[in-house]
Amino acid sequence: MPAISLKVNQRAVTAEVEPRTLLVEFLREHLSLTGVHVGCDTSQCGACTVFVDGVSVKSCTMLAMEADGAEVTTIEGLAQGGKLHPMQQAFHEHHGLQCGFCTPGMVISSADLLKRNPRPTEGQVREWLEGNICRCTGYHNIVKAVLACAEGSAK
Amino acid sequence: MTTESKSLIGAPIARKEDRRFLTGTGRYTDDLNRLHQTHAVFLRSPHAHAKIVSINTSAAAAAPGVVAVYTGADIAADKVGGIPCGWLVKNKDGSNMVEPPHPALVADVVRHVGDQVAVVIAETKAQAKAALNLIEVEYDVLPAAATVRDAVAEGAPLVWEQAPGNTCFDWHLGDLAAVEAAFAKAHKIVEIEVTNNRLIPNAMEPRAAIGEYDAAGDMLTLYTTSQNPHLIRLLLGAFVLGVPEHKLRVVAPDVGGGFGSKIFHYAEEAVVVWAARKIGRPVKWTAERSESFMSDAHGRDTVMTAKLAVDREGNFLGFRVHNTANMGAYLSTFATAVPTYLSGTLMAGVYKTPAVYVEVRAVFTHTVPVDAYRGAGRPEATYVIERIVDKAARELGMDRLEIRKKNFIRTFPYKTPVALEYDTGDYDATLAMALEKADVKNYPSRVEASKKRGKLRGIGYSTYLEACGIAPSALVGALGARAGLYEAANVRVHPTGSVSVFTGTHSHGQGHETTFAQLVAQQLGIPFDKVEVVHGDSDKIPFGMGTYGSRSLSVGGSAIVKAVDKIIAKGKKIAAHLLEAGEADIEFKDGKFVVAGTDKSKAFGEIAFAAYVPHNYPIDTVEPGLDESAFYDPKNFTYPAGTHVVEVEVDPDTGVVTVESVVAADDVGVIINPMIVDGQMHGGLAQGIGQALFEECVYDESGQLLTGSYMTYSMPRAADFPMFKVGNHVTACTHNPIGAKGVGEVGAIGVPPATINAVLDALAPLGVTDIQMPATPEKVWRAIVAAKGSKAQ
Ligand code: FES
Ligand code: FES
Repeated sequence: MPAISLKVNQRAVTAEVEPRTLLVEFLREHLSLTGVHVGCDTSQCGACTVFVDGVSVKSCTMLAMEADGAEVTTIEGLAQGGKLHPMQQAFHEHHGLQCGFCTPGMVISSADLLKRNPRPTEGQVREWLEGNICRCTGYHNIVKAVLACAEGSAK
Repeated sequence: MTTESKSLIGAPIARKEDRRFLTGTGRYTDDLNRLHQTHAVFLRSPHAHAKIVSINTSAAAAAPGVVAVYTGADIAADKVGGIPCGWLVKNKDGSNMVEPPHPALVADVVRHVGDQVAVVIAETKAQAKAALNLIEVEYDVLPAAATVRDAVAEGAPLVWEQAPGNTCFDWHLGDLAAVEAAFAKAHKIVEIEVTNNRLIPNAMEPRAAIGEYDAAGDMLTLYTTSQNPHLIRLLLGAFVLGVPEHKLRVVAPDVGGGFGSKIFHYAEEAVVVWAARKIGRPVKWTAERSESFMSDAHGRDTVMTAKLAVDREGNFLGFRVHNTANMGAYLSTFATAVPTYLSGTLMAGVYKTPAVYVEVRAVFTHTVPVDAYRGAGRPEATYVIERIVDKAARELGMDRLEIRKKNFIRTFPYKTPVALEYDTGDYDATLAMALEKADVKNYPSRVEASKKRGKLRGIGYSTYLEACGIAPSALVGALGARAGLYEAANVRVHPTGSVSVFTGTHSHGQGHETTFAQLVAQQLGIPFDKVEVVHGDSDKIPFGMGTYGSRSLSVGGSAIVKAVDKIIAKGKKIAAHLLEAGEADIEFKDGKFVVAGTDKSKAFGEIAFAAYVPHNYPIDTVEPGLDESAFYDPKNFTYPAGTHVVEVEVDPDTGVVTVESVVAADDVGVIINPMIVDGQMHGGLAQGIGQALFEECVYDESGQLLTGSYMTYSMPRAADFPMFKVGNHVTACTHNPIGAKGVGEVGAIGVPPATINAVLDALAPLGVTDIQMPATPEKVWRAIVAAKGSKAQ
């Protein structure tokens, strides 16, 4: 089996993986990073979204081998020193999550949006989240949280 | 409730449960892995209806990593019982419904695409999947009936021989003679036919189950994605496996949404537990999304015809509904209750129509079972009522709101002609609030603005009511329920005064860990952080019926309040002893036991400590410890109601409907956490608008599922909605100690007719008078073209 070396949540990881292993499987099953969720089998729900080299990626659309040499950040690696990332904090304050299943993907995807576009409009937030499905919140408080985070009003 | 300070009741406190979900440390079923666990994969029927001629599993059994392969024959040989239905419905003539068998693995005839035929258990999921392809099944494909209309057609293929005409039951409610008399004197009879599109619930977490067997203690454990672990224990233990409760533990850890689809006991749960005992190792199964589409119970799927008799002034005289409801191929846990007791009983709505009669013909089809989905029967009832009321207004030339107001119920309690008694409500108040929030005053200027952009604008209303807080056990028992529908709670005060609350309800997004902690902290006058709410484990929690039918606060919360009442009553006895006062003189206020009229008091924590360290204690009359349980059986349903207003813009060239504004003004009773209540509204509204505009499960004539993934089933996305405007007007429920009614389903119940009424309002100038859900661009465009065509003629 081929070996890959990468950084996951700032830790160096080396592992042997079967070539067909998806990044999401590698993260969940080899590294027990179960915050990365699987909500579909057609790459549409976005529950599996992680950062790969600073860009949000659906980890079910990528082979683990493609992440060789990359830096991966999952939802588990977003809070720093016990302090929530501002986007996590905003989701908490604005009730941007209910069952929590879509949440890891939503938070990471939203954080990526603000990297690219620090002051998005409501419409831009909604368009950006096209690839993330939430069945619980009606998106209302997710959008609210992202806009609040952009305004820096999240404490 | 006991204390006077109101600080925690009505406080929008951010949720306790958020942290674990935001940091990826939640524990959903698929996140759990058991030592020496194996992986199960199910072989599912590719046909809607076929005879299994033969199954050959020998190659699969010999494949690498395979531990076992089982088929329906093995299930039958072990005498594993069928999956039971929880509700017996009677026919009009008093006879029982047709109740076909529902084996955990099918041995002879498959009856829907996705029906489970065999299971492969292997060391890894990949090995199980590879071996699955080696199973050879020879099918003799038979004709199928997938839709309600096909199933009732003359000569339709039968799903079950014992159900001629594919009829499961033929039920009715109400006074037919009274309705006929009303129709005889009517000024006008308004008629409508409406379809409630079939929906796929699509909780974002796919179902999963792990079965485990501990030979040392002869104990079985099931970890499962369930809204009601105790109910699963009852059904799996008593009906399927024949295992007594004390030998079966069911754990539903974090669950990623349910919306009804995770109420039911599913075959996969039975198979993993049964197989775990057979192979002596844990067996884990997790659905892939494409499997969810063909094995989760679906929702709605009814065809209704209705007639409303009105007088010249627009008073409703009589209402008559015929509902044909799709049950699917087997009867799922609550399936039979949905079109009958959850829908038929709702047909009065908020209106004082004196005579109502409803008939339901439930039919089998070659499709996945249909059961409760957010709202369960109440959206269907609300839809037909609110559509026909709009139509009546149009045909009488009346204002749509005037006709509603004219018929509102205004005196309570109100006994409907269809078995319910509404305890309280104020429909005028929620209507007024909705109109204000929707800025209806300035609507005409918005119509003009749309017109300038070449768009058609429409506004739609729905003044709905629902019955939830399920349910008074004696009443539902008389109606055919095979279980009680009370709720249980255990409140355990620890020696240092912190509290664990064990509830039989289950939170899978609803935020009970927060709401119930607010409730208990308020009642005991202790800090919110000192209360922990535990749910989802039949070994930890005394009993429970779970979460559905918007029951958790009104029924489950009431059980908690009753248990806390017992804690306080016992605390008074202890305090009386410590304060050397009579028990009758002790008052509990703001977390203190006080001798009335004095400043002598003991803090709650002191009493808790004394209960566990009973050195100075009334030991002759009071037991040590401070730990109380309670069961609460509601006296009536609760009746949330309100007004939803939707504004849409239609592009006449493309048929695209844009949702411009959504307003919901609801009376859901007393609110503990308004932030959570608003969140429940948002989610329900999105699902309701999803039903009205986007979502539809489609089977083709041969019973193939055409909408089997997110590429073909239209899930609502963020860009499909505007910000929702929600508000509440409270009339307290009169018969539970909290005054709560329930909010979980309200959005999905009230908003679909408001949305379609808005679409029809927009299209009215073109002469379009009807459209079926979902109002997709294609359907709207075709309606426009057809209307133009008929105008041109
Ligand atoms: S699991 Fe990756 S998009 Fe759904
Ligand atoms: S919070 Fe449940 S799916 Fe988004």
